[in-house]
Amino acid sequence: MLAHEFMRNAYLAGSFVALACGLVGYFVVLRSQVFAGDALSHVAFTGALAAAAAGIDIRLGVFLATIAVAMGMGLLGGRGRPDDVVIGSVFAWVLGLGALFLSIFTAGSSGEDGTAAVRVLFGSILGLSAADAWLAAAIALVAAVALLAIARPLLFGSVDPDVAGSLGLPLRAVGLGFLALLAVVSAEATQAVGALLLLGLLAAPGGAARLLTDNPWHGLTLSAALALGSMWGGLALSYAVASLPPSFAVIAIASACFALAALRSRLRSDLAENPQIDREGGL
Amino acid sequence: MGIELAGLSWNPLSDLGQLTEFPFMVQALEAGTIVATLAGAIGWFMVLRRQTFAGHPLSVIAFPGAAGATLAGLPLALGYFGACGLGALVLSVAGSGRGGHSGESAVTGTVQAVGLGLGFLFVTLYSGQLSELESLLFGTFLGITASQVQTLLWVAIAALAALAAIGRPLLFASVDDAVAGAAGVPTGALSLAFLLLLGMAVAATAEITGALLVFALLVTPAATAQQITARPAPGLMLSVGLALVVTWVGLGIAYFSPYPVGFWVTSISFGLYVAVRLLRAGLSRRNPEAPGAPA
Repeated sequence: MLAHEFMRNAYLAGSFVALACGLVGYFVVLRSQVFAGDALSHVAFTGALAAAAAGIDIRLGVFLATIAVAMGMGLLGGRGRPDDVVIGSVFAWVLGLGALFLSIFTAGSSGEDGTAAVRVLFGSILGLSAADAWLAAAIALVAAVALLAIARPLLFGSVDPDVAGSLGLPLRAVGLGFLALLAVVSAEATQAVGALLLLGLLAAPGGAARLLTDNPWHGLTLSAALALGSMWGGLALSYAVASLPPSFAVIAIASACFALAALRSRLRSDLAENPQIDREGGL
Repeated sequence: MGIELAGLSWNPLSDLGQLTEFPFMVQALEAGTIVATLAGAIGWFMVLRRQTFAGHPLSVIAFPGAAGATLAGLPLALGYFGACGLGALVLSVAGSGRGGHSGESAVTGTVQAVGLGLGFLFVTLYSGQLSELESLLFGTFLGITASQVQTLLWVAIAALAALAAIGRPLLFASVDDAVAGAAGVPTGALSLAFLLLLGMAVAATAEITGALLVFALLVTPAATAQQITARPAPGLMLSVGLALVVTWVGLGIAYFSPYPVGFWVTSISFGLYVAVRLLRAGLSRRNPEAPGAPA
């Protein structure tokens, strides 16, 4: 399998992107910001198609769009946590804009470029060149290191914002920094699994890790490992079964991990505690 | 295709005449009217209950539903309504489990990614064309058939009747779940019933706007209405009215322009929302002692 250059490139870029997604995804779930990640993933789509319609590098469009929107959301929402209805409304409009750029782009180019939309929406990891793959890996690595650098205050601020704030931690700056990292990682993951599916690579490993352990450092490691495993397994699976798109295979494995973790924690809580506690958790 | 015949003239009456000249456009307007009424009403409760995030995976599930129905050769409407109904059941079961707020949002995010991935898989297996994928995701008004309008009409009537039946306790439970529960309102059953209704509304809306743009009719008009008034009856009517205006104007412009209907519908509804928010911000600056906003 690794004799093919495109598979080697896919593994190189995929591994680092998955690592960054797993690390950032754990905090996304911990901070209940899955919806923000969702909005960013759709912004990535619009940014990419806007760049395509304007004839500039698609990656540039993706990065500019996600970072600008993440900063906007952080500043508008106050305390670095945007409001659900605001995200939802912005979000629908951004996708509508994406549809506009898509129609401009497909009208302006000849037919074979029409697949650009599919690549942006559902990823193109098997189509990366060696230079693309190295660049993607380097950016993902930088994002992962940056996240680990702010992990301690970020964790404190996520778990107990009131106490962390009263101790003088710059919560707003940390929250904004985290949103910026989320934006970079979303833009990276757009190349790997596509704008529409990157949420799975953020939420599923993080959610599974949250269910499996209460220790945040174990959780962070576990989340990164699960994301990495899903990426490797998904790439191998799509190589073995040719009709299976790689992005779907990756997301399917990550989600299966999450489903198993949810099943395990439910069985455990049924055994350990009174079943009536289950009914209270509805909020 | 009738689009080549269309052209904007200086006579507004003849332009309106053009809109209703072709049966596909009449059907699109009928379907749009039905869908906007349903989405405006159910969306108002959705925003009130702060279930925006729950609605999103539902809308996304509409995509694999429709793609799967195409692959299996089943009617499209069956795919939309079946998938969204099933999705609502899954969400309400998963949401009632433990794991707190963050666990729940990880569930919704994962369900959504799996749904989109499945839809993509189905379209790939069907080896369908790009235009197919595009219209499932971003909507179309060209392909709406008379039988689709009929189905939409019956679903909307049933859903609105159900909403009217549970409206009063649902409002109570939405505003204050704990007090409503203490007063003997079956809040658990209500929230399941509402999720099912939401599933129906999402499936109907997705047939017009596409699976990805459902929020333009479901969330944004309702959020705009709640910016204007916090009272239930006028708010509901306003929400429906705004959704209708957005749909009619969006379809009308899309007919005369080369750009997709999804773009126009989302832009108009978002433009209205921003305008109302700005207006309110301006008003509250002029007389600061005016009553506070619903958050």
